Amino acid sequence: MKILVTAKRVPDPEQKVKIKGDAVDLAGANFVVNPFDEYAVETALRLTEKGSGGERSGEVVVLSIGPKDASQQVRSCLAMGADRGILVAGDDTALDSEQVARIVTAVVQKEKPTLVLMGKQTVDGDANQVPQLVAGYLGLPQACFACDVELASDQASVTVGREVDGGTEFKKLPLPAVVSVDLRIVMPNAVRNAQGGATYGDGPRYASLKGIMAAKKKTIEELDAAALGVSLTPAVKTVGVEAPPERKAGIKVESVDQLIEKLRTEAKVL
Amino acid sequence: MGNILIVAEQKAGALRSASLNAISFARKLRETRGAGDLIGLVIGQNVSGAASELAGYGLTKVISVDHASLGGYMAETYAPVVAQVAKAQGADLVCGTSTSMGKDLLPRVAALLGAGMASEVSGVLGPKSFRRPMLAGNVVAKVEVTTAMAVVSVRQTEWAPAAASGSSCAVETADAGAVSTLGAQVVKLEAVTSARPDLTDAKVVVSGGRGMKAAENFKHLEAIADLLGGAVGATRAACDAGLVPNDLQVGQTGKVVAPNLYVAVAISGAIQHLAGMKGSKVIVAINKDPEAPIFQVADYGLVAKWEDVLPELTEKLKAVKASQ
Repeated sequence: MKILVTAKRVPDPEQKVKIKGDAVDLAGANFVVNPFDEYAVETALRLTEKGSGGERSGEVVVLSIGPKDASQQVRSCLAMGADRGILVAGDDTALDSEQVARIVTAVVQKEKPTLVLMGKQTVDGDANQVPQLVAGYLGLPQACFACDVELASDQASVTVGREVDGGTEFKKLPLPAVVSVDLRIVMPNAVRNAQGGATYGDGPRYASLKGIMAAKKKTIEELDAAALGVSLTPAVKTVGVEAPPERKAGIKVESVDQLIEKLRTEAKVL
Repeated sequence: MGNILIVAEQKAGALRSASLNAISFARKLRETRGAGDLIGLVIGQNVSGAASELAGYGLTKVISVDHASLGGYMAETYAPVVAQVAKAQGADLVCGTSTSMGKDLLPRVAALLGAGMASEVSGVLGPKSFRRPMLAGNVVAKVEVTTAMAVVSVRQTEWAPAAASGSSCAVETADAGAVSTLGAQVVKLEAVTSARPDLTDAKVVVSGGRGMKAAENFKHLEAIADLLGGAVGATRAACDAGLVPNDLQVGQTGKVVAPNLYVAVAISGAIQHLAGMKGSKVIVAINKDPEAPIFQVADYGLVAKWEDVLPELTEKLKAVKASQ
């Protein structure tokens, strides 16, 4: 079992966004692993370990695209327990989903993983396209917005519960396949492999000190798009950014009576 | 300039209302371009009802692809059909609504067409230029698709549903071609059964934050939601704390809602949550902390402990409803 997980660095989503001219101002931004990608790493780790403390039975490879600095985020995934990293050089603030998907596709063709796991979207671009594009380019089956994954005992398929309008759809995919994960995938019993019935804590694991030390010795292979045979032309250009329309603050009411009165006569929503 | 293909959704043979938002976008785009046909597409099994319903929304024509193996939606089987119809109909833009199906399907269609895609589009700037929110709605990006074909998913909350035109266009059928599942299969659907409307469709949403303290306290919010025919929502913090299931989560990482009335109770107003509800028409905030950021976006703020005011609010809403 070899799982390729993508992990993009994104500006810390808790920080206030600044706009400068026609672009988002990233000067001084603190970068973190895209939260959904972190959930994907956690999912991959759970799928390749027997249980809490049990031995590993597979390889987790973390792929990121970005400048040299992005190796920090790859390293933090390695500290969680992933085995090795790949960093493809690129301007992560300028690449569009199509270009990212072409690069990921080339790496999948090179690495030939059993499963490709990705976060459902990055929290900066919010495009929610790359997993579906990669699956489409490769002609692989896909399951997006996973909240539950079960690996079959013969490791030939996964059954993915995915969040759809109106409930959870369970989709069985032969491997190799592409799966994108949603938040609920990191609930304690959301990921199961055929080897053990381990339960986990809520959320992605923190890197242990031992993990951080071990990550220093793990390899991060550096590649570029040309070496992967990908030529990049943008399919979607960002020509500018603007602040969203301001919502003006309203008024404070003094009582429930006044609130109901306002909702009836002024807002007319009751 | 080519034609515009609108991928509509149907459920059990009836048109899904969410598809009407994509029609509004397509009409606006047609207006901007000044040329091109609006072509609707319905895919599934026994979809003639949905196709004739779609024909009533002022389109040039509707294509219906009806096949036994397309009864259940799967990206693997639907994407090639959409791509094939787009090419056959001379479309240079394919659009649909950002429902869970649209989000799953449309990028795969873009892959098959070699098209650039703009997600969650909120505005039209030109024939292939659009507005779309990024960074949890804190930034609006202006993007331009440079490929010959373009794919667009439309942010449901930013486009009013199209109104029926009062007339009907022609419905044509098209062949599904060879349908391959690539070995994937849908095993089952665990439907969420609730008497309340779905969060993303509800006209009223009553949400609670971690300040609700305990799962049973959400019954106060449910009571208000039920009085107003609304849905119950929650913040990520409330979901993470186990007060309510995660599928009630409103916010960038959860659901995006834009009801007529959003009532935020014991919610501080973290950026991530605001991203999911800022589009609401009227926002009411009830919070004991007068400095809570939620008050900066609320139309009506009430500084109070929910324990003190929710029972009163419930009783008085009951009286209002009884008098109507």
